[in-house]
Parts: sequence; structure tokens; C-alpha cells
Amino acid sequence: MSKINRKLLLSLAVGAVLGAIQPAAAAPNEQYFPLQSYRVGPYAAGGTGFFGGFIDYMKLVNLRDGGVNGVKLTWSECETEYVVERGVECYERLKGGLNGAPAAATNPLSVGIAYATLDRSTADKLPLITINHGRTDSTDGSVFPYIFPLQLNPYSEVSAIINYIGQREGGLDKLKGKKIVTLYHGSPYGKETIPILDLLAKKYGFQVNHIEVPHPGNEQQSQWLNIRRIKPSWVILRGWGVMNPVALKTAAKTGFPVDHIIGNIWSNSEEDAAPAGAAGKGFISITTHPSGTDFPVLQDIKKYVVDKGQGDLEDPKRFGSVYYNLGVVNGILNVEAVRIAQEKYGKRPLTGEETRWGFEHLDLDDTRLKALGALGLAQPLKLSCADHEGGGAVRFQQWDGQQWNLISDWVQADRALLRPIIEQSSAKYAKEKGIAPRDCAKET
Amino acid sequence: MWFSETEAWRATGGKSRRLPVWRKAPMAWVALLVLGFGVVPFIGNDYWFSAILIPFLVLSLAGLGLNLVTGYAGQLSLGSAAFMAVGAFASYNFSLRVEGLPLLASFGLGGLSAALVGVLFGLPSLRIKGFYLLVSTLAAQFFVQWVLVKFSWFSNDNPSGVISAPPLVVLGQDFNSPAGRYVLTLGVVAAMTGLALNLVRGATGRNWMAVRDMDTAAAVIGIPILKTKLLAFGISSFYLGVAGALWAFAYLGTVEPHGFDLNRSFQVLFIIIIGGLGSVLGAYLGALFFVLFPVFLDHLAGGLFAGIIDAGHLENLQKIVFGSLIIFFLIREPEGLARLWWRFRARLGLDPAAS
Repeated sequence: MSKINRKLLLSLAVGAVLGAIQPAAAAPNEQYFPLQSYRVGPYAAGGTGFFGGFIDYMKLVNLRDGGVNGVKLTWSECETEYVVERGVECYERLKGGLNGAPAAATNPLSVGIAYATLDRSTADKLPLITINHGRTDSTDGSVFPYIFPLQLNPYSEVSAIINYIGQREGGLDKLKGKKIVTLYHGSPYGKETIPILDLLAKKYGFQVNHIEVPHPGNEQQSQWLNIRRIKPSWVILRGWGVMNPVALKTAAKTGFPVDHIIGNIWSNSEEDAAPAGAAGKGFISITTHPSGTDFPVLQDIKKYVVDKGQGDLEDPKRFGSVYYNLGVVNGILNVEAVRIAQEKYGKRPLTGEETRWGFEHLDLDDTRLKALGALGLAQPLKLSCADHEGGGAVRFQQWDGQQWNLISDWVQADRALLRPIIEQSSAKYAKEKGIAPRDCAKET
Repeated sequence: MWFSETEAWRATGGKSRRLPVWRKAPMAWVALLVLGFGVVPFIGNDYWFSAILIPFLVLSLAGLGLNLVTGYAGQLSLGSAAFMAVGAFASYNFSLRVEGLPLLASFGLGGLSAALVGVLFGLPSLRIKGFYLLVSTLAAQFFVQWVLVKFSWFSNDNPSGVISAPPLVVLGQDFNSPAGRYVLTLGVVAAMTGLALNLVRGATGRNWMAVRDMDTAAAVIGIPILKTKLLAFGISSFYLGVAGALWAFAYLGTVEPHGFDLNRSFQVLFIIIIGGLGSVLGAYLGALFFVLFPVFLDHLAGGLFAGIIDAGHLENLQKIVFGSLIIFFLIREPEGLARLWWRFRARLGLDPAAS
């Protein structure tokens, strides 16, 4: 190796070491959010939208309000590419905070990474937020003290869809004898809700067929021919990524009415419907956070952040899209948790343990949502020690070929029915891991 | 194509080739083990244990496993991740369903299960070779993943198909902290590396290399081809199975079948190609390259260009740099990092056999 090469390598190594060592500074008045984001790879559309919205909301809080009660928000990103191992690396790298600012919570937006950091988050006392996804039984906060599947877990998701179908058919009793097909992604994620659908089918007397589409799902001819043979009233699409537009196109080709397909929470973005072109027109999906830019909070983001050229989105057209708005909602929930916890612990940067108290006491009613400019964008949410989900409601939207339009108010899941199943599962987990559940009656 | 330590020896005029491995440089080994067990656990932090050292050790073990069958015995395989999955899920089920089974025993049983599956998928190697064999091991990759997703019994009926680690307790000692998990992993990996070194320098290793270099000739001089090949698949899969169990329980604490997909097989294969086929040291060097280098690039890019270049572009840039380095490297040194290391030692005038 020549001398120049050696010098180059040496300087690179020195640079890396210097880059890795954070300069020690006096603790600033800042609250830190570690972002395990993904901007490249197959799920980049979701990552850039979600983390774009999240970052823009935090920027808004800083620019408009000067932070939360004077505590500025700060963050840094670490690219995971949606890969579990990289997510773990990022978690370990960022969990300690930034320049003395303590970490409040992690939000990986990935089931795999969430599972891999579940034990770590609990050991490190750092809340793990899995908004709209994650492990269903982590809804039970007595076994999973630091995990928060905010708003909607997978069981609530299908339950709300069935409730909506009941509404459309003129009452849940009308479901008797109807046929419903679920077309699901051939992965643990896709299979997760099968037992719940079977349970609901038994309860309401409809017939359910589960049809699997192997990953990634760009060939569905035989599945849709099968659906045509079954002639179901409704098809629930539990898809992911490329599987969604292909499902819509194949449905149109085989003559199944697209307006009787209901997409689940990961089949509900512009990126899922638009590539299907004309075939996607009429497609219905659930959402916990309508798209659109009319909400006051989004107008504020536009005024204070985007119009000043500080928006995080590379493509300004995606402002107000489904993924972006989910990021904004996620930002609202995280910031509100910090705000609530500050009432108890003082107006200063909080530790993860303190922020968890804030999450467990999240209470967003319509008045509070209105004050935040998010009425109709996020659902009313009330969490507690025992209930880490809080909401369990979705709205339905329909694709008109260009954009999503809301077609329903909030539809609630049958949470009373699901709760015993969740507790059964969390008890099993507690036994497997030797966890003694905490007594929520004793918590303040 | 194959880098072998025997050839490297000869090329550098090695003098001490008849000595058993332990007697050649015992001091270097002792120093390494003292460093690994006695120093690192006290100076490292959570980040180094959980994000760098543990995945490095586990991937080294996986690389070592694949190197036994591919590097030493010359049987191409793309099923590494499948055997890792078998090891992980089998260990999980053994520790779940057998009351009071020690942790290390469940790792061992997981490895044995993987070895069984490995022998099964190694059977075609008796009739087909090279790329054809590669495709048949690919079947293992898809079949195992399908079985694990299809039958929820393997994941204890968890609706997400995810398994989680049993409490990591060995002989009453709790290894659940990051440093503890590191020591546990290091212990298993070091022991199995010692075993592998003795194996490849002994009769088994010589048989494997004979089969690799020309199996007809090997058959003529009386080496049982069938037994040798299947033994290579079995032992290799055992190593991969244990690596899978460590990956699931000591590193991530949880795993789903998707975590052992084709990409993982490719990763293990690249580790031994970059590190050096047919070299124990190569597996370590390759894993070091694959674990450390992307993180290094990430820190470097974050320190130098953050805020100047868009985060997404920066990420793609790192991929380009990493990819180009691999290509450059394979052109300059097709026999891998291990060969580079041997040459480096030879230049310094050290006996290369001593490493």
C-alpha cells in the first residue's frame, strides 16, 4: 500500500473516531427524540413521510411555541433501512441522549425493530411507541410497562372493520350468512388477525375465508379467481407494499367491485392506491388520521415551517399525505406526553421513565384536540396503566382516483370483546419471561 | 479460488507446519482470550456490546460454519440462514417445552437439530455439484421459512410468529445484561472456534480439503466421499444452528422467521468470500468487515456531511462506497482478508503459521 493511501486511511479513521465521540457539554434545556428513520430501501415511502411529519411537527413546536414550556425539542436520525439489526444498532447508539439532552421515547415504525428493542426498552426505562402497529398484547401495560401501541392495535383494527361492514349492511345482525374474504400478506404480520376474524365470524354468524398472498405479492391471479368463485360480499385487504396496487388491479381484471374491498392500516396510503391507476377508483380503506391539509395544525406547519423552506419533505406534494399526517399525529402524541409529564415532574427535560408517566396519562378529548388544531385528524385518546392503546377507533376513506375522501365518522372496535384475549396473551408472555405484572390499581 | 492456510504456509516457506495449532503461538491465544474475557467486559459500554461485538461474534461463528462446508469441503451452500433458523427455533422449543433444561444444552440441541436438517439437505451433494448444489440448498432456505410461518406450533402459537429469548441463565449465573450476553456469546464462540481449528487441522479437515480439490482423486486414495460430505454438512449446520440460537437469544432477544431470509444467507456467504474461503481466521475478518465497516461509514458520513447532503442521498452514497470497496477489494485480493493478513505477517518476517 502506498504512502498516500495509508495517510488517507489514517485520516479517515481519525475522522471517524472524532465523529463518534460526542463533545461533553453542560446539560441544555432540551428534550431529545432519537429517530430510527428509514429513507432508503423498499419502505422509504413510508419512512420519509412518517418521519417527515414527525420532524416538521417538532419544528413547529420549537418555532411557534419555543418548545414545550420552554424546553426545546431536539432530535437526530439514524438510518435503519427497516432492517432489524440496524434498528437495534441505532437504538443502542441513540438511547443515551444527545449532548446531555435526555431521550424521551423511541418510535421505530417497524414491527421487527419494535420486537427486537422491546426488552431493551423495558430494561432501559425508555418508552417504545408503536403507533397503529406492534405487539397486540402490549396493550396490557401491566405486563408491558414501557410499550405503547397507541391508537390502534391489530385486533382493534379488524374488529372496527367488521363493525363498519355491519353498518354498511344495515346492522351487525345482517352479517349472518354473509361471506367475507381476507386477502393477507404471507407473513406473521398478515396472519396475526386470523384468530380474531374467526372469533368475530362465529359471533356474528358470517363465513370468513382467509386467502394468503406470498411475499411480496406481485402475482395474485389465482387468489382473485378463487375470490370470484367464493363470491364474497366484502374483501378485507391486509396487504403491504407492492401487494396493494396489484390486488386492486387484479380485482378490477377479474371483475370484483373495488368499492367492496377494504384496505387495512398498511394498505391505506396514496402510495398504495395511486399506482393502481383507474383500477383503484372506489377503493375503501381505514385510517386513524385522515389525509389532507385543512387541519389547523397542518396550516400552522405550512406557515411556520414549510413556507420558510425548513420542511423535511423532499417532495412538497406529499405534504398532508397519509404517512405524513401519521407522523404529525405521532408528533402530537409524543409532545403531549412530555407536556403532561412536565406537569408532574417540573418544566425541564424529562427522563424516559418520567415520559412514560406522561404517556400513561395521555388524555386527549375533543377540547384538547381542538386547541391543538387536530380535531378530526386524531381520535380522542385516553390511556392508563392498564390500557396502552387508548383509542381503538378508525375512520373510513375512499379513493377517488386522485385523493382520499372521508366517508365515515369514527368507528369503534369492540374493545370489551378483545380485552380478555389480550390479557390471556400477555399473561402467557409474562409466564414465559418470568415477569411479575405490576398492580395497576396501585398506580397513580 | 480457494484460499487455504496450507498453501499460504507453503508459499511463505513455513517452517513449523507439523506442530499442532495450540503449541505454535499459545501466548497470542492466551492474550486474545484474556483481552476478550478479562478486559473488554469491564471497559466496553452497552453500545459496543449490543450493537458491535455480539453481532460480530455471532456472524463470525456463522461464517465459520459455512466456511467448514464451503471453504474446506468445497460444497456450495446458500442455506445458511435456514440452518440458523432451525437452530434458533429448535433451541427455543427445547427450552420452552423441556422443564429445567440448561441454556447451553438447549443451544446444543438446537445445533443438533440444525445438523440433522443440514445432513438432509446435504444429501443431494452426493449426486450434484457446484451451482446445482447451490440451488438445492436454496430449497432449504425457502422450505424452512415456509414451515416456520405455516405451523404456528414452532413459535408457541404467537400470532405474530415471533419467539422471545428464555432467561439467559447458565449455572445460576444471570447473563441478561449487555456485558453478560457478550461474555456468554464469546464463551460459546471461542470454544467452538478452538474445536473447529482442531477439526480442520486433523484428519477430518484433510479429508474435506481432498474432496474439495478433486473428489475423484480423493475417492481413489480411499476417502469415503459420502461420509465426508455429509459430515461437512452436518458439522457446518451445527455451527450455523448454534449461531442462529445466539443471534436470536443473545443478540436480538427475539426473532421471527423473516429474520433468517435469503439476505442473511448471502451475508454469511459474502463474509467468507471477503474474509477468505477455507480459513478460520477469514470468517472473523469477514464478519468484522461486514459489521464494523457500515457503522464506521455511517459515523463518518454523519460527522462530515450531516446537514449538507440530504439524509436519503447520504445513505445511498454510503451504499455506493461500501459496494465499490467490496469490488475493489475482490479485484485486488480475490482470496480475501485472511490472505492479506498472512502476507502482512510474512512481510514483517513473522512466521505466518503462528497466527
